Amino acid sequence: MNLWYYPGCTLKTRAKNAEDSAIVSMAALGIDMVELPRWNCCGTVHSLAGDDLIHHIAPVRDLIRVKEQGGSKVATICSFCYNTLRRADILMRGDAEKRGTINSFMDEEPDYNGEVDVVHLLQVLRDDIGWKAISEKVKLPLEGLKVASYYGCTLLRPAEVAIDNVEKPTVMQDLLRALGATVIEFPFATECCGSYQIVGNVGFALEAAKNILTSALRRGAEAVVLTCPMCDYNLGLAHRELKRQRGDLPDIPTLYFSQLLAIALGLDTEVCHFNLNYIDPQPLLQSKGLIVEGVKVGE
Amino acid sequence: MIRRQDGTRRIGVFVCHCGLNIAASVDVEKVVEEISHYPGVVATEHYMYMCSDPGQDLVRKTIQEKKLDAIVMSNCSPYLHERTYRTLAASEGLNPYFCEVANIREACSWPHLKDREGATKKAIAIIKATVEKVRINMELFPPVIPLTRRALIVGAGIAGMTSALEIADAGYEVVLVDRAPYIGGHVSQLSGTFPTLDRVGCVTAPLLARVVTHPKIKLYTYSEIEDIEGYIGSFDIRIRKKASFVDETRCNSCGRCLEVCPVSVPSEFDRGLSQRGAIYRSFPEAVPSRLLIDATSCVHLATGNSCRACEEVCPAQAIEFTQEDVIAEERIGAIIVATGYDLFPRERIGEYEIDPDVIDGIQFERLLSPTGPTKGEIRRPSDGKVPQQVVFIQCVGSRDPEHGVIYCSRVCCMYTAKQAVLYKRAVPEGQAYVFYMDIRSDSKEFEEFVCSAVEEERIMYLRGRVSKVFRDGDKIKVWGADTLTGKMVEISADLVVLALGMTPSPGIVDLAHKLNVIFDLFGFITEAHPKLRPVETLTAGVYLAGACQWPKDIPDTISSASGAASKILSLFSREELLRDPLISFVDEEICRGCGQCVSVCVYKAITLDPKKKVATVNEAVCEGCGACAATCPSGAIRHKNSTRSQFFEMIDIAAAEYV
Repeated sequence: MNLWYYPGCTLKTRAKNAEDSAIVSMAALGIDMVELPRWNCCGTVHSLAGDDLIHHIAPVRDLIRVKEQGGSKVATICSFCYNTLRRADILMRGDAEKRGTINSFMDEEPDYNGEVDVVHLLQVLRDDIGWKAISEKVKLPLEGLKVASYYGCTLLRPAEVAIDNVEKPTVMQDLLRALGATVIEFPFATECCGSYQIVGNVGFALEAAKNILTSALRRGAEAVVLTCPMCDYNLGLAHRELKRQRGDLPDIPTLYFSQLLAIALGLDTEVCHFNLNYIDPQPLLQSKGLIVEGVKVGE
Repeated sequence: MIRRQDGTRRIGVFVCHCGLNIAASVDVEKVVEEISHYPGVVATEHYMYMCSDPGQDLVRKTIQEKKLDAIVMSNCSPYLHERTYRTLAASEGLNPYFCEVANIREACSWPHLKDREGATKKAIAIIKATVEKVRINMELFPPVIPLTRRALIVGAGIAGMTSALEIADAGYEVVLVDRAPYIGGHVSQLSGTFPTLDRVGCVTAPLLARVVTHPKIKLYTYSEIEDIEGYIGSFDIRIRKKASFVDETRCNSCGRCLEVCPVSVPSEFDRGLSQRGAIYRSFPEAVPSRLLIDATSCVHLATGNSCRACEEVCPAQAIEFTQEDVIAEERIGAIIVATGYDLFPRERIGEYEIDPDVIDGIQFERLLSPTGPTKGEIRRPSDGKVPQQVVFIQCVGSRDPEHGVIYCSRVCCMYTAKQAVLYKRAVPEGQAYVFYMDIRSDSKEFEEFVCSAVEEERIMYLRGRVSKVFRDGDKIKVWGADTLTGKMVEISADLVVLALGMTPSPGIVDLAHKLNVIFDLFGFITEAHPKLRPVETLTAGVYLAGACQWPKDIPDTISSASGAASKILSLFSREELLRDPLISFVDEEICRGCGQCVSVCVYKAITLDPKKKVATVNEAVCEGCGACAATCPSGAIRHKNSTRSQFFEMIDIAAAEYV
């Protein structure tokens, strides 16, 4: 089965570890993720301005690319891309006037009228494949690995784009359980990572991200699993800061859900590009017998 | 002009001025003059206020003097005075259904205030049409329905017990059913009442004792309504008595079985704050003090394990592992629904973490209760420490359509204040916080109570919502907003109490279907009229008490329970039941048994006679709505005194005025 796939900028660069591990894992689960031709920027940040039409041009153009290919569904791995594409789609479906304006502005393109469903890969895993089928394909259960799933905001907010219960999501925990991991619930799973405040208000963003890591640590997590490169970046920085302040704190690496999926499915861990992880997860994974040899981690 | 020249009925027409309400736009004297020449009308009178004593005397005198058979009262809407004038007619020996009201106020003088000529003409048309109706009205007598003067009450909480005692004290038998093994309902779980802080046990103990010993009350505990058939006056009820696996007649409540049962499961009564065995008594002071085995947790019953420990130690041979559910049958005449409430499911508030030290209001009541799991000492469930910082959160699930329900649960403001006060009295050095949206303290001495909680007990009231509750080591972190200072608040609490909203009792919708009563979006039973008939349903013979209607506190519950009981007592004050005769009837010569009327009747009053293949109307159940008559393709089912031919006649007469 083929699935149209929208990568976005980060997955092609800094988050190659998320992309490759996902594509290979999905292939092992019987789904070929086909990269959308001629994709462009997802729009990155949803505009909160009333006059926001120009901000939707980029994501709508991506949806037109899917439509052009005869696709009716597109999946993302980056939750930020999911958020902007999905919100653009909702706007186009719900607001006839803005739809008309955007379509006529892009008169070189075919019209877009909400023909494409935007999903996140976690939804494909949950709704199209199912936890049972996934657990049956697990070759190397993540036994003894204590993981906390961290959602951040983009998969869940605003409520109309939420892929799960806004306040108490379970989709990632369900996946991790299917993979055999020990799931650690922690109260900061949906708190803000600091997001783009990291650019202009570093102290604030680091404080937010540090709270997430320390909360997961206090609940006994050994790793934090996530979907968003933005969160990953902030948590990585916060981790460095934490270690500097309190050298005795144990490491708590962050991993993309797709990396753990690839490991559990028994795939070649080269696709996980651990060198791109901000905090080296390999000592942890080795200690659990989940990977055998380490690769050198950059940065 | 089509006119039925009957002439046998001597008709009087009375026209009311209603001060200037009618007379300002209707020329009353002209109307009287015109109507006095109308065929069959042998008397006409007009008066300033016909409903007044002198007005009614005028009608009486005229009926006597002119030997009238029928009267047309031309005045306000029949909703106001139809009953007045029909009673008057009956007192003068007329059949009350030979009195009709011609509405010349709401339907004529008021909407045509500026058109005296048009209003006068219309009044004449309305009155002539009504004369035509009364001329062909049937003489009607109220159907007499047999009445079983016994009541069924579903639910033996404070509402059901109150109704049961009032009806039983008046000398009528009551069948009282509760699905719990004990009576008293949620009230038994509570510690003290607001605003007087009485101990609940002191309030309810006399009620419980009277209910179980009352010779007129037949109690079914641990039982559910299986099905209900019949109608007002004669309902046939089947009650499922669930197997308790303990022979109640032999069990002497010695409790030796309780010591040997190897099972330990959370107690429903203490809402998980204590454990019970598979054989258990719901709580030490349960009334009746029966023991029972829960088949789902008993290792012998659920898994076939050879454990029969309770049986072995029982000195009375009361354990009966082979016991099965029993169906009991009862014939009763009227029903009170008193099924009460449940708490909003807290799992739906995802941001409040599930934790042993985040409890609900009833759990806190159990902590306060002298016979509860902590013997009345306030100790938190996780480690038994006395909490020094307690946060109460109001409106959890209530007034929150995002997560829960839009309505206000009405009792939480007060019980939270009560709980905070009782906490402060038990732990004077501790601090209580209350997060609230608004304080709704709208009954007798309620506001005074809340004020004293704030001013004298020094409870910290914070106006704002709580966004997150989670464990942080030994503490429970509470993140909230104080909207009066505009600041974020973080409290490290030892215990958090959620004032969960009230929802209808589970299973209410199923019971509502069995009773054929209407319920709202949330499952609360809908009353016949929100203002005028608050304890009745639209189904005759079915009444409402307590929180099955909407969230109620104890006084409101008792009031409605007394109201429902008095409705039944007034029903039972007669040997037989007299029903309104303005209902449907079937012309069996015309009816071809198509059954369309059966399907439109919301009261389930119509059945098809299998032998005669015609519809039959149950006079005890029909409410006279007329849906069947409007549906019948052949005109076979009709509404008494509102038949199709009567209406056509009236339309012809009225229309003729305008030709």
